[in-house]
Amino acid sequence: MLLLLAVPLATIFAFSFWTQDFLNIDHTFTLKNYQEAFSDPIYRAIMLRSVTIAGAVTVVTVVLAFPIAYFVSFHVRPERKAFWVFLITIPFWTSYLLRAFLWKVILGFNGVLNSGLLWLGLIDEPLTFILYNSNAVVITLAHAFAPFTILPIYVALEKIDRSLLEASQDLGEGTVRTFFRVTLPLAMPGVIAATLIVFIPTIGDYVTPRLVGGPDGLMIANMIQTQFLKLNNAPMGAALSVLAMTAVTLISLVFLFANRRFLK
Amino acid sequence: MSSIISLSGIHKYYGDYHALRGIDLEIKQGEFFSLLGPSGCGKTTLLRVIAGFEDVSEGVLLLDGANMARVPANKRPTNMVFQSYAIFPHLTVGQNVAFGLRKKGLSKADMAAAADEALTMVGLAGYGSRAAHALSGGQRQRVALARALVLKPKVLLLDEPLSALDKKMREQMQSELRRLQRQVGITFILVTHDQEEALIMSDRIAVMFEGEIAQMASPQELYRRPATRRVGEFIGVMNFLEAKQTGTTEKAVSFDVEGLGNAEISVDQLPEGARATADVVGLRPEALSILFEGQNPTGRVADATVQDLAYYGDMTYYEVTLEGSSTPVTISMKNLISRPVLERGTKTRVQWDERSLVIFAA
Ligand SMILES: Nc1ncnc2c1ncn2[C@@H]1O[C@H](COP(=O)(O)OP(=O)(O)OP(=O)(O)O)[C@@H](O)[C@H]1O
Ligand SMILES: [Mg+2]
Repeated sequence: MLLLLAVPLATIFAFSFWTQDFLNIDHTFTLKNYQEAFSDPIYRAIMLRSVTIAGAVTVVTVVLAFPIAYFVSFHVRPERKAFWVFLITIPFWTSYLLRAFLWKVILGFNGVLNSGLLWLGLIDEPLTFILYNSNAVVITLAHAFAPFTILPIYVALEKIDRSLLEASQDLGEGTVRTFFRVTLPLAMPGVIAATLIVFIPTIGDYVTPRLVGGPDGLMIANMIQTQFLKLNNAPMGAALSVLAMTAVTLISLVFLFANRRFLK
Repeated sequence: MSSIISLSGIHKYYGDYHALRGIDLEIKQGEFFSLLGPSGCGKTTLLRVIAGFEDVSEGVLLLDGANMARVPANKRPTNMVFQSYAIFPHLTVGQNVAFGLRKKGLSKADMAAAADEALTMVGLAGYGSRAAHALSGGQRQRVALARALVLKPKVLLLDEPLSALDKKMREQMQSELRRLQRQVGITFILVTHDQEEALIMSDRIAVMFEGEIAQMASPQELYRRPATRRVGEFIGVMNFLEAKQTGTTEKAVSFDVEGLGNAEISVDQLPEGARATADVVGLRPEALSILFEGQNPTGRVADATVQDLAYYGDMTYYEVTLEGSSTPVTISMKNLISRPVLERGTKTRVQWDERSLVIFAA
């Protein structure tokens, strides 16, 4: 099992230190790919954009998911909670690809949103900033990952002993202060889990940017794919992969460390 | 007399369920007051009404003279020690204790000093920097106590604070709580279903059944003169013997009591309304005693047979039947070197006193 994971990883790692010599691979060890990845503005821009988009998606989903999870945990009657959790999982029923296509239909130049707004007379010409750019990628990914973030936050909120909230009130704190001094810190493990669940897959996502991203919305995974298949530069692709993985690992470690503080 | 808490006509409904049925209660400043009753009688509900976690359906609650009708829990001069202790797991012991001090506008140093002082008071000096989630049950209980006491509330509410502790720990905490209460002079309201705990600790006890207060009295009064048969049964052990009223004079009422014969009971021993309805009298196990060989009686005497016994080391509990009656009667006797422990089937004599008979109201 571990071997299945280790062999491709090792291969990629090895490739990243080689160079493409027209049709052959030059097996001499070199850091040239990495130097190029860091010096070429295209790679730098796309790397930065990937992190920014993934970060934006994470923030959007977590910020949207928290109130929903909070509502279900604190304001839905216990006997109806199972039903709500069921509702939240409905988006899982359709494939991720299908949902990305769906957003393309909604956000497109002649899409549902534009037609609707035109018909209502709210706009005179179709909005162009909503498809084939980073915004579209953020919207589509946020929608795809929202259910994944609601659940861990919901679970963390469910685990909070309600008498702790009463204790906070009893000790003089109102609802808002109780939220910030008790509820939020205790829900933090769930929030951090949600953050990782969104951030890790989105930074390497490849389908959504392809479908709705346009040229300005492409992310590192698309570039890696281009390197491997179109440009036939596997070593460069491998180097970019390694960099992407390193970035994910570093950011994950930061969050895991933060989590340890809250998980005491 | 200054009442720190005054409840009148408190009713509480959960949907159709009538959890509190007209509670009237006055608690004096500095009292150690207990709410005692079986599971589900509404003790916790009443405590939560006072703390402000439950709205009342009807009735008036005054805290130190102020009507609490629209005052939320966080604005009331009460603090609670929760049954689960509700210690914040993400904070240290010191942060837990200082949690409520934020509002008092103290400096950081003053807050820490107050928290340390409170921790010292409950015997946890030097625990301030410990992680709260790693404490034992008894320690959590003390932290919960310190966290509430540090705010110097007018009333401290305790919901079965000792029920999660083992017997030794519980007994130790009982005397410590009592000592603390005297030391700080704060009014304590303790909820418990343990009658012994209530008797040991309280200045006054309210016995509750099904959302109503059946009797409110000092521990001694409650034990010696339970108002109803049910209260008598709930507090300690009580024997019940059938009785028929046979006559009344100015000063006394006479009863014919099963197995004991005629008993004259002085009128000031009778609760109000007892005359017409009394068909049973109560007797505590220590109100009867076995007359051992060669002992001279100092009171009334009846013949009895030992049916069973339970030997406790310092005490023996005999179950006897009185001559002419089949009702089992429990008698507790101190074990002395000079006294034998009687065997089953032994015929013996028991001694009793008219003054220790309990007549119930209605
Ligand atoms: N939130 C609620 N909704 C409906 N019924 C409730 C609620 N809280 C309490 N009750 C009911 O009110 C009654 C009194 O409950 P309460 O918790 O006050 O009992 P208690 O005397 O504290 O019992 P225990 O010794 O078991 O803690 C119980 O029958 C309980 O089922
Ligand atoms: Mg209770």
